[in-house]
Amino acid sequence: MNVTAENRRLSRRLAIVAVGMFGFAFALVPFYNQICVALGINSIERPDKVVNTQIDTSRTVTIELDSNAHNLPWRFRPLVSEVKVHPGEIAMVEYEIVNMREAPVTGQAVPSYGPQHAGEYFQKIECFCFTHQTLAPGETRRMPVVFVVDPKLPKDVSTIAVSYTFFEVAGRGGKT
Amino acid sequence: MSSVAHDHAHAHDHAHDHDHHHGPYKGVMRWITTTNHKDIGTLYLWFSFIMFSVGGLMAVGIRLELFSPGLQYMDPDFFNQLTTMHGLIMVFGAIMPVFVGFANWQIPMMIGAPDMAFARLNNWSFWLLPFAATLLVLSFFMPGGAPGVGWTMYAPLTVQMGVGMDLTIFAVHILGMSSILGSINIITTILNMRAPGMTLMKMPLFVWTWLITAYLLVAAMPVLAGAVTMTLTDRHFGTTFFNAAGGGDPVLYQHIFWFFGHPEVYIIALPGFGVISQVIPAFSRKPLFGYASMVYATAAIAIISFIVWAHHMYTVGMPVTGQLFFMYATMLVAVPTGVKVFNWVATMWKGSLTFETPMLFALGFLFMFTLGGFTGLVLSIVPIDIQMHDTYYVVAHFHYVMVAGALFAAFAGVYFWLPKWTGRMYNETLGKWHFWLTLIFFNMIFFVQHFLGLAGMPRRIADYPLMFETWNKVSSIGAFGMGLAQILFLYIVVKTIRSGEPAPQRPWEGADSLEWTHLPTPPPYHTFETQPIVK
Amino acid sequence: MKGSKLISILAGLAACAASGAAHAIAWYFQTPASKMAQDIDILHQVIMWIILVIFVGVFSFMFYACYAHRKSIGHKAAQFHENTTVELLWTVIPALILVIIAWPVTKVVIAQKDTSAPDLTIKVTGYQWKWGYDYLRGEGEGISFVSTLATPRDQIEGKAPKGENYLLEVDNEMVVPVGKKIRVITTAGDVVHAWWIPALGAKQDAIPGFLRDTWFRAEQTGTYRGQCTELCGKEHAYMPIVVRVVPQDQYTKWVGERKKVAAGAEAPAPVASAAPASAAPAAAAAAPAAAAPADDSKPLPLADLVSRGEKIYAANCVACHQATGQGMPAIKAPALAGNKLVTGAEQEPIDTVLNGRPNTAMQPFRQQLSDAEIAAVITYMRNSWGNKASEVQPAEVKARRK
Repeated sequence: MNVTAENRRLSRRLAIVAVGMFGFAFALVPFYNQICVALGINSIERPDKVVNTQIDTSRTVTIELDSNAHNLPWRFRPLVSEVKVHPGEIAMVEYEIVNMREAPVTGQAVPSYGPQHAGEYFQKIECFCFTHQTLAPGETRRMPVVFVVDPKLPKDVSTIAVSYTFFEVAGRGGKT
Repeated sequence: MSSVAHDHAHAHDHAHDHDHHHGPYKGVMRWITTTNHKDIGTLYLWFSFIMFSVGGLMAVGIRLELFSPGLQYMDPDFFNQLTTMHGLIMVFGAIMPVFVGFANWQIPMMIGAPDMAFARLNNWSFWLLPFAATLLVLSFFMPGGAPGVGWTMYAPLTVQMGVGMDLTIFAVHILGMSSILGSINIITTILNMRAPGMTLMKMPLFVWTWLITAYLLVAAMPVLAGAVTMTLTDRHFGTTFFNAAGGGDPVLYQHIFWFFGHPEVYIIALPGFGVISQVIPAFSRKPLFGYASMVYATAAIAIISFIVWAHHMYTVGMPVTGQLFFMYATMLVAVPTGVKVFNWVATMWKGSLTFETPMLFALGFLFMFTLGGFTGLVLSIVPIDIQMHDTYYVVAHFHYVMVAGALFAAFAGVYFWLPKWTGRMYNETLGKWHFWLTLIFFNMIFFVQHFLGLAGMPRRIADYPLMFETWNKVSSIGAFGMGLAQILFLYIVVKTIRSGEPAPQRPWEGADSLEWTHLPTPPPYHTFETQPIVK
Repeated sequence: MKGSKLISILAGLAACAASGAAHAIAWYFQTPASKMAQDIDILHQVIMWIILVIFVGVFSFMFYACYAHRKSIGHKAAQFHENTTVELLWTVIPALILVIIAWPVTKVVIAQKDTSAPDLTIKVTGYQWKWGYDYLRGEGEGISFVSTLATPRDQIEGKAPKGENYLLEVDNEMVVPVGKKIRVITTAGDVVHAWWIPALGAKQDAIPGFLRDTWFRAEQTGTYRGQCTELCGKEHAYMPIVVRVVPQDQYTKWVGERKKVAAGAEAPAPVASAAPASAAPAAAAAAPAAAAPADDSKPLPLADLVSRGEKIYAANCVACHQATGQGMPAIKAPALAGNKLVTGAEQEPIDTVLNGRPNTAMQPFRQQLSDAEIAAVITYMRNSWGNKASEVQPAEVKARRK
């Protein structure tokens, strides 16, 4: 048995592990970003799981659309002010924002609902509010909201007001 | 240059005079050029004591400012610098090196090896440390002072710091390098250099815990090096790993840091477990209960430590599934840790107990480490942790684990092996005084901090609302007392070395590892050049 | 030296004994004011009891062994070791206990994360070292203000006796109605902060460039106080959080008053604050102390600017640049007294205040201060501590805002 050669071999392997773990720290960067995207960690609004797509044609619900830009140099408005949908039907509306500042701006939208408890029946499949939106100077962007009104919506609700407020994300400058 | 030449000459010498027990160089050169595991062990131990004193002085400074509300002795920026450096110095400068010191002295003697596998490398691993320590201390004298970011060095606060931050980053790199080299050496020594018949499952538990710790170090320290490297490039080279404005994420830093940071907790604790597993059987005069389950429990703790890191980050806002996963994983740590505590108590059961200083420290360890473990369980519960996160409750918790855990284990080890190392007996009465003073003052400092945390005092604040005043006063007085008690420790050690009673080969009746049974006291400079045969 | 320190410590001890009577000794959770805080309290107590039982159980074995199995009373050591049954039991039983604990905890964790369907959404932004509040949705929508420490510097430095709410008082409290679900969205402008009200059981890190959320529902009216709990630099100890929970009607009244202030309808002082049309950020600074006329573009006399600037300086700048204008080199805060950049061309100080200095604690104030306020504070700096320079007008600030 040659201990010294054996020692060398073992130490070399351990050194490779150490170097590999140093690389692993850097590998965490893209890995973490992927995880954040996959799990929606950096968004405070998440897509709802839509289970029942049975369309209830016996009812029609009016969705009123509203928008606000809070302390933000953006013009932000829905392209239509209201839509009528049947519960269970997949529908889409579009919003438009225009960045009026001569610098890129990052914003985040927060939805709210009237009446309050209607929010849990207004299920968003796709929404610009799931992520930050960064607009170049003067950029105009159209953004969709794809949603389903849950057929379990209480009978007494016939109108849901959906309102989005955009506010600037501090500490983020323009870039993404 | 001349020292390098000496080095070569010495190595040359060494190879030739191998069998003649030729004794070391005289004076300073002995320590600079030494490749002897016992010398290097001694260097590590003294280095860590010096760092322990420096970090302790900083702690006293912190407690002085917190003695009363309001700002009395320092501005809050300097206060932050003290808390940062206290943490870094204690973790990387005091607790980690002290156990490497134990490893250097004990592992070759316990497994019947003549020295460490790579003697020259061993010398380098140690001599990197004083440079790193100097960088850390120097950062205080840079424009802007030392970094005031906490030992966790969270981004993006690190970007605001002055040159002191860069010095600290380099120091962490060097410390990491030293630990990794030391760990490679330890693993190689344990796996390849055991005496014939010393199978893995016959090794003393101290050696087992170090084997596992060394693997943890090799896997975790490079990750910390990566994290601080990214901090460095964010500061100076325009990268934006942790800056949202450039597409990075400050929370990513916390993930990388704690991926290192949680294993680090066990890197600190496991060798302490090893020491305690030697001391308790020796003073119970009874073999360790459940040797195999101790080994498995240690390995289990090490593995789990890599999947619990985010329990330090419950408040950063992660998905509920993440919180639940990390909570369950963290609670799981309690099982193998419990197994260890039960094994130690079962070892004492129906033994024949005596209570010399090492045993007292071991019992103090057992009692208070368990307390720290329990507060850890409390903190693993997400809703409770969210309430306690970054309060003094957490400060109390980790000091119970690190001070009552690692430091008490280190004291137990020093008193246990000091007779073997120096050939002289320490003064038992003074040793007991040291134990009781440390125990009482330690609890005075940290037990009351649980109350402060519960009542809502955040950590790392230089000034606090009036309702926290009473417990802070108690805590500060305890800190001054505990500081003074360590002067007694220094006195005891120096007195032992200079004028202690000569110690017999085996001063402890129940101690049965190779260094007690096969080697005289003190052991000669070179030991086990012909390896013993273990049956 | 040594003696004087000893005396001060002894004096402190005496003060400690005396203060014990004046301030209740806090040693447990603050009285819960929300169901969440109450759940946390109950969980904690249940777990403490479990722990106590295990602790006493394990250590009664240890202390009994220490007492009965001593060598000094002649106990002989048994030599047994390893026992599979025992080892299996003490692995499985703790695991079962943990499962039992995990069950109720999981429910609370899920409840704590449920920020859906709030009555009120408030965005909280951490800055070095103050909090910005924006009422995003629900009643009071559009209200916006900055909340800074109200404890005077003299109390901190020991030149004045400390008040009852030392370090726990702010100029603008966050006001919310009782019994309503409040969703708090956190973010930060510079470094990581953490927003915490212990009595409400709500704590959330505020991370620059990202949004996080938490919620609370206060069940009793009252004023609840907390502090920033994530190390955020020098003044980390000096950015408290105060939430005043009021009945619904008082809340409505408060909203009305706020709106009036923001609209500039009440203008008791002769200096400008909010220009509703141009600068929405100005509303952020519409603290009553700095209320003022509506037009930012009018030139103002030097004396007015200086006197108003002094107040703004005390609220925003003094922590780093010091009341003497000498700055703190230790944290890269330069002296303003005799500083050529301050007294030189006007763009330089305006740009610095508007945009901050990267990688220092000097933050951009464009969101927090109005044109008039920035003009006032710069004018104050240019005409204090021996500095002498021309005044800066709001219009000049406005011109540099792009």
